Amino acid sequence: MAAINLLVNGKRHTVDVEPSTPLLYVLRNDLDLAGPRFGCGLGQCGACTVLIRGEAVRSCVRPVSQAQNVEITTLEGLSKDGQLHPIQQAWIDEQVPACGFCQNGQILTAKALLDKTPNPTDAQIRDGMKNTLCRCMTYYRINAAVKLAARRLA
Amino acid sequence: MNTRREFLRASGFLFVSGSALAIADVSSLVGIGAQGTVGPYPDIDYLKLDSWIVIRADNTATFFVGKTDLGQGTGTAFRQIMSDELDIAFENTTCVMGSTDITVDQGGSGGSDALQTDGYPMRRVAAEARRVLLELASQHFGVPATALTVSDGVVSTKQGDTAEKSITYGELIGGKKFNVTLTGRNIDATTGTAPLKPVQAMKNVGKSPRRDDIPAKVNGTQRWAVDMKVPGMLHARNVRPAVVGATLKSIDESSIKDIPGVVKVVSRGNYVAVVCEREENAIRAARQLKVEWAAPATKPFPASEDLFTYMRSTAPSSSSDPQVVGDPAAALAASTAVIEAKYDVPFQGHTSFGPAHALADPSNGQLTIYSNDMKSYGMRNGVAQFLKMPREKIRVVWMQGPQCYGRTAADDAGFEAAFLANELGRPVRMQWTRQEETAWDTKGPAYAITMRGALDAKGQVVALDYDARAADFNHVGYNEPDTVLIAQLMGQRKTPARGRASFPSDKYEIPNRRMAGSVVPMPLAWETPVRMGNLRDPDGPQVTFASESFIDELAAAAKADPVAFRMSLLQRGTGDDAGFKRARSIACLKAAAEKFGWEPRPSPNRRSSGDIAIGRGVAYAYRSETVAVEMVEVEVNKRTGRVWVKRIACAHDCGLVINPEALTRTIEGGLLHSVSRALFEEARFDEAKMLSVDWVSSPTLTHADVPERIDVVLVNGDPNPDRPDLRHYGAGETMCKPMMAAVANAVFDATGVRMRRVPLTASRVMAALKT
Repeated sequence: MAAINLLVNGKRHTVDVEPSTPLLYVLRNDLDLAGPRFGCGLGQCGACTVLIRGEAVRSCVRPVSQAQNVEITTLEGLSKDGQLHPIQQAWIDEQVPACGFCQNGQILTAKALLDKTPNPTDAQIRDGMKNTLCRCMTYYRINAAVKLAARRLA
Repeated sequence: MNTRREFLRASGFLFVSGSALAIADVSSLVGIGAQGTVGPYPDIDYLKLDSWIVIRADNTATFFVGKTDLGQGTGTAFRQIMSDELDIAFENTTCVMGSTDITVDQGGSGGSDALQTDGYPMRRVAAEARRVLLELASQHFGVPATALTVSDGVVSTKQGDTAEKSITYGELIGGKKFNVTLTGRNIDATTGTAPLKPVQAMKNVGKSPRRDDIPAKVNGTQRWAVDMKVPGMLHARNVRPAVVGATLKSIDESSIKDIPGVVKVVSRGNYVAVVCEREENAIRAARQLKVEWAAPATKPFPASEDLFTYMRSTAPSSSSDPQVVGDPAAALAASTAVIEAKYDVPFQGHTSFGPAHALADPSNGQLTIYSNDMKSYGMRNGVAQFLKMPREKIRVVWMQGPQCYGRTAADDAGFEAAFLANELGRPVRMQWTRQEETAWDTKGPAYAITMRGALDAKGQVVALDYDARAADFNHVGYNEPDTVLIAQLMGQRKTPARGRASFPSDKYEIPNRRMAGSVVPMPLAWETPVRMGNLRDPDGPQVTFASESFIDELAAAAKADPVAFRMSLLQRGTGDDAGFKRARSIACLKAAAEKFGWEPRPSPNRRSSGDIAIGRGVAYAYRSETVAVEMVEVEVNKRTGRVWVKRIACAHDCGLVINPEALTRTIEGGLLHSVSRALFEEARFDEAKMLSVDWVSSPTLTHADVPERIDVVLVNGDPNPDRPDLRHYGAGETMCKPMMAAVANAVFDATGVRMRRVPLTASRVMAALKT
């Protein structure tokens, strides 16, 4: 066990855990955040995605010791001052989620994509999102929502 | 532990529909007030109007529905139809669903029957509440009820010479009970005396209010069953046999003594689990625990690559009575041009995006299970039998979860959490791993189907023979104890019920036709990862893959356009009920062809642009009373074998549409799920264990594969489309049936190669292109 310092959604936390513990379990069990979710524990599906320095990162395979003192943003931290992020609003306007379990990963991966590629083509959306899975198969609407968000962010 | 405060915290999770109104203010009205959350938990009485509807003084209403919304918007749809019948503003309603201690047992989800079956009792109780409220208003104003009008929960005396007076529902009954007894032999038949509205008078039906569960799912405030925590909660992980069918010999607990916070290693029969204080330690302990297993004397199953040889050569365990029209044997014998083809569909997993999970809390001598189980009521009954507890001591609090397509009809994690919590006397959260879920979840049954048919000289179908062999199943569950893995591993095995093979659903008129089916047992019937479950239309996609591929083969042999060929088979018939079904089938076939821009011509029509061959295909199916016609355009890469479904048009008739937008989204998702099953999904295994264990070894459709365009056309093909009693039918599964055949037919159109084995993986398509 070791004292680990985390900066999550603008707040500092110190937790006493094994340094090898995946970040996901610390966010969920110690910090009581529900945005990142367990889907595979293998870095394959994207349910556990968080943003670290703007990059979409799979928190299920990132040891907590390697996430210290960097800005971590979870889905809970995406809205500012009670205002939904335009990507979240696009998700509502397109009525994207079915069960919604994967949408944390979809929204944060889209955020990272749009930060780098503000006006993505279909091919760029497909490529940028292809490793973030959805078993309700809401992909078609996600594609539309990413484009809607891109237009609004422009 | 279950303090009132905690209950209020937990109760916030219950709402799937509507704004976050606290349930506490209505709990005494629906009968959960007496015991609160400490139990026991008696069944909710379906014959009391108060069990279904509560109206508050502020003129808002909450509906209590014993179904579960798995992300299709059924909660929103119930609010639409119930607010219409009640005549209250849609925005002023909420809907509570699926928890066994506060909603009537309407079975949870299954068979896509929420609106088709349960929509009617829900409409009737809402209409009855309106009738009672108008009676109260009549007494209040001293005028007959017929002299009153009602809109948005406000009752007014009719305008005339005298000044209009009005009173709200909330003022009439807010915070008080209806105390009205309903009638009905069973829950589905629940009714009062008020008639239903004609559908034309329903203002919210046919509109698309936004789904009320979506904001919390995108802003991070949704609390799911996976998020539920209670004080003192422990974390559990299972340890599965290394080889399927193995027997537990010994456990070396010293192998995990270096891991902190191990509370207990639990084993019973062949069931093994570790329970720890912290989750990451439970994960580590389950991996590290040394367990010795004795391999089984016989192999549990043939390797998946040998599955269809096995199924076609093994004696069936039972056969169902064939359905026969005319004399198909004689017609086939008389024909000089009999066409025969064999089609194979493997086991496919539910492969839920979120592995199985549940939290069970044994506080206060009761058992509360926090679960995403779509059949929460079935789990309550099943756990009561499994643990030999009175069912009144058990409640299942239903919460949001990952889609499951029927997976939680055998809710393994719920039973395991309940067992462990009962053993340890502490709250236990069970979480399956990805590998465990993909390997050990329930599977849709494999099918090996032989089709034979004959055309006459004019190219008309004179005989059609369908002969199916399906993998036998012991049960497709409703959470009976022996459907879940933990009970099987502990040796609880009732005499297996016999499975059966299903028949095609088309409404084609063919003079000589036979449909026959039998089931073939797998060597290992229990403790097996090829345990059958209700995978989204349990066997419709398999059956329809064969029947609608073969109709396409007959059309090609007749050099006929595949749409015109089907149309002529539908238009031949005359029967009344079949006329209703055929009329709607024909309407959908026309609507799909129009939307798709279907160009009449025979298949194949090999067209290429460089490495890319382009084709189109059609298939159609019926389920219950819902019909779907699907047309796809595919690109086949002749260099890699990759099939891309570039465009889909689906015409869909499920009768009265409640919420077109939510329905369209549901159909789009179902279409893509079916494309995924057509192109990628197969549960693979060798003779000892599963080989499909994660998203790499068990691929699914991704963003990279999404069609350029999907068009959904909502059709009302009823012969009397303006009927005041136009019915609403189920819409969650029909779209899954035609897709495998539509894709294979399109690949044939593009390449002239007939794919008769699902999934149409790139390597399988490449191999077929080379022969």
